[in-house]
Amino acid sequence: MKSRSIQARAGAAILQSVPIILLATGTVCLLLFALDFSPIAIIRAMAAGSLTSWLKFSQLLSIWVPLLLCSCGLLFTFRAGLWNIGIEGQVVMGAIGATILLRMNPGFLPPPITIIAAMAAACIGGSLWGLLAGILKSRGGVNEIFGGLGLNFVAQGIILYLIFGPWKRAGIASMSGTDIFARNLWLPTPVGWRVAPAALITAIAVFILSRLFLNHTRFGLKVKAVGLNPEASRLFHIHADRYGLFAIMVGGALAGLAGGLQVTGVYHRLIPSISSGYGYLGLLVVMLANYKSLPVPLITLFFAWLAAGSIQLPIMLRIDSSLSGVIQGACVLSALLVHGLRTRRQG
Amino acid sequence: MIQLVNIHKTFGKVKALQGVNLHVRPGSIHGIIGENGAGKSTLMKILTGFIARTSGSILLDGREVALKTPEAARKLGIGMLYQEPLDFPKLSVLDNFMAAAADTNPQRQAEIITRLSNKFGFTLNPSSRQGKLTVGERQQVELMRLIRDQCRILILDEPTTGISGEQQKLLFGTLRRLRDEGKAIILVSHKLAEIHSLCDRVTILRHGKPAGEQEKPFNEEQLLQAMFAALPTRSSRPPRRTPGKPILTMEEVSTTAGRVGLDRINTTIHEGEIVGLAGLDGSGQSIFLQMAYGLLSPEQGRVSLPDADVEDVMRVFLPADRLGKGLIAGLTVREHQLLAGATPFFIHSGCGRDETKKAINTFSIIGTPDTMAEGLSGGNQQRLLLSLIPPQARLILLEHPTRGLDLQSGRWTWHYLRSHLPDNGAIIFASPELDDIMEQADRVLVFYNGAIILDRPTDQTGYREVSRAITGRV
Repeated sequence: MKSRSIQARAGAAILQSVPIILLATGTVCLLLFALDFSPIAIIRAMAAGSLTSWLKFSQLLSIWVPLLLCSCGLLFTFRAGLWNIGIEGQVVMGAIGATILLRMNPGFLPPPITIIAAMAAACIGGSLWGLLAGILKSRGGVNEIFGGLGLNFVAQGIILYLIFGPWKRAGIASMSGTDIFARNLWLPTPVGWRVAPAALITAIAVFILSRLFLNHTRFGLKVKAVGLNPEASRLFHIHADRYGLFAIMVGGALAGLAGGLQVTGVYHRLIPSISSGYGYLGLLVVMLANYKSLPVPLITLFFAWLAAGSIQLPIMLRIDSSLSGVIQGACVLSALLVHGLRTRRQG
Repeated sequence: MIQLVNIHKTFGKVKALQGVNLHVRPGSIHGIIGENGAGKSTLMKILTGFIARTSGSILLDGREVALKTPEAARKLGIGMLYQEPLDFPKLSVLDNFMAAAADTNPQRQAEIITRLSNKFGFTLNPSSRQGKLTVGERQQVELMRLIRDQCRILILDEPTTGISGEQQKLLFGTLRRLRDEGKAIILVSHKLAEIHSLCDRVTILRHGKPAGEQEKPFNEEQLLQAMFAALPTRSSRPPRRTPGKPILTMEEVSTTAGRVGLDRINTTIHEGEIVGLAGLDGSGQSIFLQMAYGLLSPEQGRVSLPDADVEDVMRVFLPADRLGKGLIAGLTVREHQLLAGATPFFIHSGCGRDETKKAINTFSIIGTPDTMAEGLSGGNQQRLLLSLIPPQARLILLEHPTRGLDLQSGRWTWHYLRSHLPDNGAIIFASPELDDIMEQADRVLVFYNGAIILDRPTDQTGYREVSRAITGRV
């Protein structure tokens, strides 16, 4: 038997998602009808808010970048059978790692090198935070869900302490964050763009490499084996703990990179809500993708559209922008329900 | 009191019970014995309403009963004491005792515990946590619960497994007392000593069929003969290899893992040996294999592999639970081959495909390189596991190597294992089939309650000695 081509698999995946899309759309439409809103008007408003100009679309892409990075990181941890709830904290620690470098701004280095070093620091910050959750699990027996959740609060505490303490703005400390970095430490963004091309390229490259690594390397296969059956993996001479730690460190590094890019490419300073919930949203993305990598860029694009477009809702239709969250939730619940029913029928 | 007439039970094609009759009288202890897979558990599950019989009738006090659910069995006064205590370890003894009681007044229930404890000589504190008790004490709580619920027919499944000698004495006293009070007691056991000291009557099952019945006093020879099928002619047995240097040594190895743990195991396995581990399921064979592979570490004593080579890649273990512990559900046949073999860092879709096809042909696996492990039948899962054994493997540990295989595949498996075992290698396997061990092993170790009670070259022992040892007689 020949291995199925990528087109055939993509086709099957699209076919499989039809019931999910129908269910999700149906649920959301019913909800909107019940609230007396027209779905068409909402779609139109959301499209107007995000798809009518390159500026607006690049705004959408600036949401897509961190969401795609977080989702790629989560592909690693889910593949290893881990629920990396701590991803939010990993984004935050990545942002802090980048800020340390950017604030130091060593003059002897050319700015592009400083930015690259800051991104490396972001990866290290995120992966160490991930490693911490991993060690709590493998050495301390703390489930990674609870460990990660706890570490999220710790990370939030650290970022607030830094912003209101050592890194406070000259004179005043405020929720608006630290001082803005020197302009030459911003990721270059052309006029008329809302997203740095370098960030965009990084995210796409990370996705391609993640997919290659997970699906086409011996390492990726071992991570998968550990995720599916840690006990049997031992008989294949695979150390389940080590591969688990490796996966959560890669996941943390990618989440950290997302945080670093937010700092240097979007906000140009460290702000308390630097993660913007992209980590949690990434969990939904990967669940909606049924833990497969191929649909992730599309789903993240869709979610980014919902997030970007919904900003227009209060202005145009006087609906709260949290509607995008409702739609995202409906999609994920529909997907889980359809997958669950499918597994049950097969089992 | 209870009478089973011509009971049949089939699971798909498998005939688990064929024409079993059983008549248990009130005020008697009735033993049921048989080797692994004789149908004892199936019969008990039918009696307690967990599974339905395919045909046959059950008469209680002369009236036919349906016994369709565990609830129905309980209402008729049929109670069972399981091998593993079915209780709530995190709750107190009193809470456990009250569970499912009609009356849940703690004070009254505590009084009942005290009364029953005094009567039978148990020393249980109602407020201690169930999980802190020994297996024997947990059994006592369950037993008292059954007595409180007016159970008239009491079924015990291997009740002395994992309990102390003192507790065993108490249990036997209690059972005799309950018998004298007129209850009907069914004792499932493989320990002949127990049968001798407790039972009034015994029924022997073999391969799902009744193989004999005896009144007290029992004739042990006849019991053993009825339990174990006659030894088939040993024509095809390959010649024994000459044992070489030690490959695995255990000194005073003890552990509490598993149901009975391991009790001071001292043994040395040599290069060239094929060693069969006999004994009733769960008598320590599986723990021994896991210890030999390094999945478990001994609590006391030492496991050593004199040759450092063996430690790394040359040890393989094929567990009985093939899909749960040996293979990885969700990975394909080819992915298993890739994991087991020398695989380059980058894997493209053609990687390992030819090798996998070769393995599929060599091992006659019914499947394709892209079949998921869980999509293979049990026999094919075993073939896949066999195909993953690296050619340089020197210590091969197998749990139930031919389970689920037809006769031909079983023979093929052994032929393959023998012909691919290097001269400096050894095979240790556990099997519930005595035939398998007598036919394939050069040496047999019999496990009983976590200890090795018989260690003999197979050509210097016989069916009789081994089967006696399985039931605890040496």
